[in-house]
Amino acid sequence: MITFNLNGRAQTVDIDPETPLLWALRDHLRLTGTKFGCGEGLCGACTVHIDGEARRSCITPLRDAAGKNVRTIEGVPSEHPVKQAWLAEEVSQCGYCQPGQIMSAVSLLEKTRNPTEREIDDAMSGNLCRCGTYGRIKKAVRSVAAETAKGGKKP
Amino acid sequence: MSIIAKVTRREFMKKSALLGGGLVLACHVPLAGKLAIAGTDATFAPNAFLRIGADESVTIIVNKSEMGQGVYTSLPMLLAEELECDWRRIKVEPSPVSNEYNHTQFGPVMVTGGSTSVRSEWERFSRAGAAAREMLIAAAAESWGIDPSACRAENGYVTGPEGRKESFGKLASMAARLPVPENPPLKGGKKRRLLGKPVHRLDSPAKIDGKAIFGIDVYEPGMLTAVIERPPLFGAKVKSFDSVKTEALPGVRAVVSVQAGVAVLADSFWQAEKGRRALSITWDMRDGEKTSTEKLRGEYAELAGMPGIAARHDGDAPTALTMSDHRIEADYSVPYLAHATMEPLNCFVDLGKDRCLIKTGSQFQTLDRLAAAKELGMEPEQIIMETAFLGGGFGRRACTGHDFVLEAVQVAKAAGKPVKVVRTREDDIRSGYYRPMYCDHVSAALDKNGRPSAWRQTIAGQSIMTGTSMEKAMVREGIDHTSVEGAIDLPYNIPNVLVDLHTTKNNVPVLWWRSVGHSHTAFVVESFMDELAHISGNDPYEYRLSLLANRPRHSEVLKIAAARSGWGKPMPKGRGRGIALHESFGSFVAQVAEVSVDSGGNMKVDRMVAVIDCGKIVNPDTIAAQIESGIIFGLSAALHGEITLVDGRVQEGNFDTYPIVRMDESPVIEVHIAKSDAPPGGVGEPGVPPAAPAVANALFAATGARVRSLPITAEKIRRSISDRNSRA
Repeated sequence: MITFNLNGRAQTVDIDPETPLLWALRDHLRLTGTKFGCGEGLCGACTVHIDGEARRSCITPLRDAAGKNVRTIEGVPSEHPVKQAWLAEEVSQCGYCQPGQIMSAVSLLEKTRNPTEREIDDAMSGNLCRCGTYGRIKKAVRSVAAETAKGGKKP
Repeated sequence: MSIIAKVTRREFMKKSALLGGGLVLACHVPLAGKLAIAGTDATFAPNAFLRIGADESVTIIVNKSEMGQGVYTSLPMLLAEELECDWRRIKVEPSPVSNEYNHTQFGPVMVTGGSTSVRSEWERFSRAGAAAREMLIAAAAESWGIDPSACRAENGYVTGPEGRKESFGKLASMAARLPVPENPPLKGGKKRRLLGKPVHRLDSPAKIDGKAIFGIDVYEPGMLTAVIERPPLFGAKVKSFDSVKTEALPGVRAVVSVQAGVAVLADSFWQAEKGRRALSITWDMRDGEKTSTEKLRGEYAELAGMPGIAARHDGDAPTALTMSDHRIEADYSVPYLAHATMEPLNCFVDLGKDRCLIKTGSQFQTLDRLAAAKELGMEPEQIIMETAFLGGGFGRRACTGHDFVLEAVQVAKAAGKPVKVVRTREDDIRSGYYRPMYCDHVSAALDKNGRPSAWRQTIAGQSIMTGTSMEKAMVREGIDHTSVEGAIDLPYNIPNVLVDLHTTKNNVPVLWWRSVGHSHTAFVVESFMDELAHISGNDPYEYRLSLLANRPRHSEVLKIAAARSGWGKPMPKGRGRGIALHESFGSFVAQVAEVSVDSGGNMKVDRMVAVIDCGKIVNPDTIAAQIESGIIFGLSAALHGEITLVDGRVQEGNFDTYPIVRMDESPVIEVHIAKSDAPPGGVGEPGVPPAAPAVANALFAATGARVRSLPITAEKIRRSISDRNSRA
């Protein structure tokens, strides 16, 4: 039995604690916004936050989440500046990797309000996109940072 | 076994119409003249593209799969432009599989592919919207007792003289009783509100919230998840297996042997995967394909040096080449490539006694359904196939072998349980249906002015279409069109041209891969054209332009690309610019790549400038996005993509061994759309072909290294530089 805080609410799951968090979220809690892409932490489609840190849920055993705060794409409100920037820059194509991209971007911008190009590359290059939306992702991240710098809402 | 409680679309539409009293309009041309009466089968037959509800909802039914190309926005734009509805009220629904939704050009199949969606549906979706508009106007005019010509439709309302105004929703039930106009007038270009303007995608909000349902997100009551342990060789089979350990594991519900391998069904993916790892299987390898790509490359290269079956023959290239005193020759090759969609292949099947429900992301619904029906001994109509969002398609989800659908059908049948079969990334990469590997031998004769007087391209590679249901249409007199497209349509003005083909055979399954044959031929043609320019002492841009006298659309995109990229401006040492031009899927694309190369042969693509002429346009932002996407897809092949077989075993398995371009390798991309009134061309694929040759040509400009095989690795660059130095 593993208990953790999921998107602001207490959640208990009674499954094998070695189950990757990804599959606990998808198969058991039916939060399907977090995606399976590689199973080895190579593509970032499964990115969630554990205590604010971007983590690959496909290689994170459920037991590692015990007692922690887990945030998934469903826990980031639609009005969040990063999601709004994603809409404004029209980032999504097939959209499959985008929840993971957004979770990585939110984590980056929460820590580094005005990231350099290098910092954006470092934070985002673990998230693969076969549709090649990288240019727009970068624009979206930059626009949130610029908005923050102007005194807008902190992401 | 669960009972399928799925309501068919026909039933659903009957019910919803009875409840809502809305207009369901069958705007398909053959229905013209019939009455669109609410509540009858004729009205509610699933050939409708539009439903307007009394609640003002506008539902547009789209018969193309959304795989990122923006078709859930572009086709609604075509319809809405004519309908004059309120764009914000539009909801998109994927169509069921039915003849009314068949491709307008590809025959009786519902299919998304060939960059054809906008081109092939422009007329039908426009007329569907126009017919509805005319009926709504007629309904309003009738209720006001005035002539329809005094009324107009705008933003979800019909307006008339003296401030008359009624909403589409209020007019819906009345309009439904009117005859469908046979040939409703389409708006002129100047009155357009949507077409040609950047419109936000309708599917974006669901996608950023994680609410868009892809095939892998299908969860149904009583459903199990299955993974399949597959044979190590293509064509090998299960001989025997021991599943005692597997069946003892928690959550495992069944283990069944199917054509694809041994399937483990469990309550969840992870339990199925653990069960699979505990299996012990003996394979029958007798029919397994044991070839190696290294061996194939040798065989193909040898074949490419010999005459093949002619696919294009202008003048007499062999004689002109033999007689020439300035002959250039080169060997090119491209490897097998996996599509590697971000969403691994998957399919849900719920098999009832006389019905079967399939939910998956497919580009190939009619033929998948037919294959499933054959497998089950059912009529296709007994199979309901629902289309989810596709987490990438690139051709892989239009599988001529129907592999991911058929295996799920077989597992559901063998286990007697509703099941979702999910492939791991390794299953996905190793499952075949690759872009074929090809070797090319190209030769040209240059006249005394350095212009090519003869060109010969001999191609060796597997046929994608042979042995499929499309063989008849696509293979003529020994030539699979997909093996030679982009080569036979060489646009340059050369008097003697021969393109010939050797079709090779083995059991590695091959398939179309975003831009199909063009992904191979553009690299060869545009690299070799670059070689000729340099050897003859010409600027590669000017040289191409001089050979395109009667090709205005090619010339125009090339000129714009040169201008926008700053072609000809000097670059610092270690940096270079390369240009490439290619026509595919009815569109013309020129690209200029800028690369920088360090002393270790490590190349970085810094900038890509692309120009597309795709004729009349719908959504310019989608076009830009598709070209950006095509470039990154092309760069992944240019820099990384390679499937290697050693004794039949695929060596790559995940993104560590089959890398794709990441953000830190991603260049700045600028896309320009050329103004054009030509008929619409495709946009999903045409961005791919020029990317690799533009980069290869830029590499040459930067270093003098000519890499003639993809991918262009640092090792190949170093080898090419050292070969050149040793020759010098």
